[in-house]
Amino acid sequence: MLKKRIIATLTVLDGIVVQSIGFKKYLPVGRPSVAVEFLNKWGIDEIVLTDISARRNQKNPSYETYKALSSKCYVPLAIGGGITSIEQIRCLLNSGADKVCINSYAIEHPEFITEAAEIFGDQCIIVAIDCQLGKDGNYYVFNHLTRRLTEILAIDWAKEAAKNGAGELFINSVDQDGAGTGFDIELNRMISDIVGIPVIACGGVGKPDHFLDVMTKTNVAAAAAGNYFHFTEHSVNTTKSYLKDKGVNVRLETFASYINNGISENNRLKKLDDEYLEHLLYEKILKEII
Amino acid sequence: MHKSKSKVVVIDYGVGNTISVFNAIRFLGYNVKISRSENEIDNADALVMPGVGAFKEAIDNIKSLNLKSILDKNALQSGKPVLGICVGMQLMASFSEENGKHDGLAWIPGEVKRITPQNLSVPHVGWNEVIARFDKDDLFSNAISETPNFYWDHGYHYDCDDKYKLAVGYYGMEITAAVKKDNIYGVQFHPEKSQTNGLRLLRSFFNNFKIV
Repeated sequence: MLKKRIIATLTVLDGIVVQSIGFKKYLPVGRPSVAVEFLNKWGIDEIVLTDISARRNQKNPSYETYKALSSKCYVPLAIGGGITSIEQIRCLLNSGADKVCINSYAIEHPEFITEAAEIFGDQCIIVAIDCQLGKDGNYYVFNHLTRRLTEILAIDWAKEAAKNGAGELFINSVDQDGAGTGFDIELNRMISDIVGIPVIACGGVGKPDHFLDVMTKTNVAAAAAGNYFHFTEHSVNTTKSYLKDKGVNVRLETFASYINNGISENNRLKKLDDEYLEHLLYEKILKEII
Repeated sequence: MHKSKSKVVVIDYGVGNTISVFNAIRFLGYNVKISRSENEIDNADALVMPGVGAFKEAIDNIKSLNLKSILDKNALQSGKPVLGICVGMQLMASFSEENGKHDGLAWIPGEVKRITPQNLSVPHVGWNEVIARFDKDDLFSNAISETPNFYWDHGYHYDCDDKYKLAVGYYGMEITAAVKKDNIYGVQFHPEKSQTNGLRLLRSFFNNFKIV
């Protein structure tokens, strides 16, 4: 059976991974290559890297950086930010990206989705949609270049992007971004119920229960978090262990699976029995050899 | 005398995620190169045809780069081990129905068809189990579990006779996971992107052909 995916997002600003809060505030985290290497070791299912400065600075994507970081990435890597041409997509795929993420340029040129999907296959094209709740209670598409809400209804754009050949939708909630209070369930339910292509929910994770919520209450195929994964060792395996324990169908095949540990609601390991810990002192743990 | 290392060539036909495949094979310690030159392909001990991309673009590039006869020669006459990944596997079919009807390399009889699972979204994206049907050790001798999870990302699959279906997966319907005919192998999922399970599969494939 197909597993629900746990995705890590890396928001990159001028070459540094940042914590993003409300699409406004950015706190530095570290080098992208280090983040990729660790997430990969902790058993992440996929990585979505977005360079939020590329389009604004009208730069080409940083191919050399991606080449270096992807050499240690043995999970799917989607790269977005600054994409405005087929040639750039080709260069990104040649630099280690497996998929690309298109956001503002697709809004300006919806036919670009079709063109890209015909050349690279629809599975390769993720359309990212930044959504915000408007004053009238509907969700609208947020334009990160103008930093304003557009007049396009999020649901309309989601349907059009899917129709134009997008392989997946990456739904980011501007209101929930960096808040740590959980996904926008309503938004993700609305879109994942209607589009017929996989939806990735993003924005707002603060604890493992938030993943549980979005995976049990909506039809999303995957849930993504950025800030949440950065500051805790093995945060991916512990989160998956928590979800698996609650009956969510996730992939947990890493050597350190924590499956019998028990994970607290704050994604901390529960204290183990003293006797067991003492026994561990004498246990020989073999290194994984492939 | 010291035996020289085997040469693995990842075929570059312009639409594959060649570098990801290259990275994974290099991580395992093999002497690997990305190439489209006849000389290097002829001198290789094993060939890998990467995936990602639409079928038409891939087969058109193979033809315009004059790779078809070179690949036919190496796969069919020389009988070199070949591993196709995703679209690289689909290219081995008789034809594909992706965006119109296009002829393939016709190495393993079969048709590439849109997957039609009921009530499930297409493309089929994510981690799913792979179940081997026969010759399990060819690709799974190093596997960590009976039904290891691999990363899939496709909207079309290889519809072929059961005798070529080395492994299958389930996504609302049976999906061809791996095909085999003699020295030619193909996998629909992405071993280069399936973490340790994927690296283990590549290791099994090369071990099976004594590639060192």
